Amino acid sequence: MSTKSDVNFSPEDLAAIPQKALLELYTTMLRIRLFEEKIVELYPEQEMKCPVHLCIGQEAIAAGVCRNLKKDDYMVSNHRGHGHGIAKGISMKVLFAEFYGRTTGCSKGKGGSMHIIDTSQGILGTSAIVGGGIPMAVGTGLSSRIKKDKRVSVVFFGDGAFDEGVFYESFNFASLKKLPVVFVCENNFYATNSRQSSRQSSCEIANSARAFGAPGMCVDGNNVVEVYKAADQAVKLARSGGGPSLIEATTYRWKGHVGPDVDYEKGARTEEELIYWMKRCPVKNFEKALREGGIVTGETLDAIPQAIFTELDEALSFAIKSPYPKPEALYEDLYNI
Amino acid sequence: MGKITIVKAINQALAEEMARDEDVVLLGEDIGQDGGVFRVTDGLLEKFGPQRVMDTPLAELAIAGTAIGMAVYGLRPVAEIQFMGFTYGALEQVFSHASRIRSRSRGRFTCPMVIRTPYGIGIKAPELHSESAESLYCHMPGIKVVAPSTPYNAKGLLISAIRDDDMVLFMEPASIYRAIKAEVPTENYAIPLGKAAIMQEGDEITLVSWGAMLHKAMEASEGFDCEIIDLMTLKPFDEEAILESVRKTGRLVIVHEATKNCGLGAEIAALVAEEALFYLKAPVLRVAGPEAVTPMASLEDEYVPKVARIREALKDVMKY
Ligand SMILES: Cc1ncc(C[n+]2csc(CCOP(=O)(O)OP(=O)(O)O)c2C)c(N)n1
Ligand SMILES: [Mg+2]
Repeated sequence: MSTKSDVNFSPEDLAAIPQKALLELYTTMLRIRLFEEKIVELYPEQEMKCPVHLCIGQEAIAAGVCRNLKKDDYMVSNHRGHGHGIAKGISMKVLFAEFYGRTTGCSKGKGGSMHIIDTSQGILGTSAIVGGGIPMAVGTGLSSRIKKDKRVSVVFFGDGAFDEGVFYESFNFASLKKLPVVFVCENNFYATNSRQSSRQSSCEIANSARAFGAPGMCVDGNNVVEVYKAADQAVKLARSGGGPSLIEATTYRWKGHVGPDVDYEKGARTEEELIYWMKRCPVKNFEKALREGGIVTGETLDAIPQAIFTELDEALSFAIKSPYPKPEALYEDLYNI
Repeated sequence: MGKITIVKAINQALAEEMARDEDVVLLGEDIGQDGGVFRVTDGLLEKFGPQRVMDTPLAELAIAGTAIGMAVYGLRPVAEIQFMGFTYGALEQVFSHASRIRSRSRGRFTCPMVIRTPYGIGIKAPELHSESAESLYCHMPGIKVVAPSTPYNAKGLLISAIRDDDMVLFMEPASIYRAIKAEVPTENYAIPLGKAAIMQEGDEITLVSWGAMLHKAMEASEGFDCEIIDLMTLKPFDEEAILESVRKTGRLVIVHEATKNCGLGAEIAALVAEEALFYLKAPVLRVAGPEAVTPMASLEDEYVPKVARIREALKDVMKY
């Protein structure tokens, strides 16, 4: 477990990154946070028709990585994918519509929160299967190599997926062929209620890349600047033909594995641990650095939440006004004959 | 005696077999501390310790494969896979190895392992959390497949599955895990594999089902003179029980939740066509799931065979 008690932003880094980029990193994180908090608020109404895996506390990873991607770069996500989707450009409208089980949802209201897809933004989709999406990113990376399209493929997965054999097979393949793929492991130290150390012999995720002859970096996943810089390096390497990288970003999920509630009363994780990580809030700490460093004016920062609340309201009313799928929808999109 | 759920009955079976035979070892994701996704293994870690109730890495293929090695060694591993959809990632070990160990070693080894997994739709879960994939397993030579429907048979069948010397896939009906409570003997008992149960005798229609669907079939049978057969063991299934009943009733309706196409119902219908064709008074009908991906909650009702659909089938066969 990380022992860094604060999220420290180096003044040199903050000076080196354009203000516009810093502001966007912050805005993306806040959009993810407020989106997830909206779910927390509304979930008890039981109108959302699916389980939700929230990423509150982990926003910096999605934001920092995706800020380096172009619209037509590919992204594969996992069960905890709201943040990845938002950072890569999916609209909140089709997300909420999906969660409410409406036809206008990104999976036509038939998939739910684990089925985030938007091909117009390079978001290739997700499933419930832990590790299931990893080789798909290798496949799109291999295709980009064949077609010389200069696209980069990014795949997000958890420390749990690092237990699955498919990671190793895929990473080796990508490294062997020097494919333009960035593997991003969000290490929040738990897979459901199992600690990383009860499932993994060494807990050295980033270092494992070395065995495959590829670079591995371990960064503070609550520090959006660190994530941004690591991803910048990895994406540039991938785009220039240098092959894949593995980024391990350490972080913590504030809520339980699934659903809107905290889980420390259940005993697997402690309240102290949660409090420790809440102090390391990726959003608040970054806002403070921007404000106190005089990088962004207070006025600008203060105006951001209101714009996001408006976006959320519009997205929600879009979702709620949309129709439910007809029973016949069950039989659609299987195959063509 | 006492009224308990299927979850509790399975928990009892595990505890009793573990107490009886120290070679029975449990492994799976979150089964120890956490007691499993559905709390089926609740309390067993405290009772038997971490050597016998083992939390594993999140790695289904390795769980299945490790269980094979343990079984070949002579232990009796009982592996839990959190949902039937997650067993797909373990199929290579199950199909390429577990099913063939006895054959490949020319009888020198058996593979006394159980894979327990919740199956079925009706728990408002998303894709891959609602699968009924029994016919995949039934199709593969060398694997036994069991699907209980009540607390009583869940306990007795699991005990037999654990004692069995071959690999048994034990499919637990998730939608009725806690929905029914029934009297279950507190003493240890085994229900033999390969034998069906006649739940109700009748003269006009043989109604075959298993798992959660059995209850829908029973509900639908009201007003019809049905002989209701709970298949319980899906592979190898009790051919004689079905044939004997069909020879009496001359009509057969099979109800299952899995996709109709290549489902187990087709095998049962084929058996009857081969062995009892001239006893039939009516076409054999199957009421089954459609060819569709299991959807999220709002379309569950469209997917799952409903009581009304079963009644239609019963009416149809009575037209002959
Ligand atoms: C193949 C497979 N096995 C088990 C599960 C059940 N499951 C869903 S999420 C999860 C934990 C995943 O942990 P991690 O990859 O670390 O992601 P996190 O939830 O921490 O973001 C588990 C075990 C699953 N969905 N798929
Ligand atoms: Mg994790």
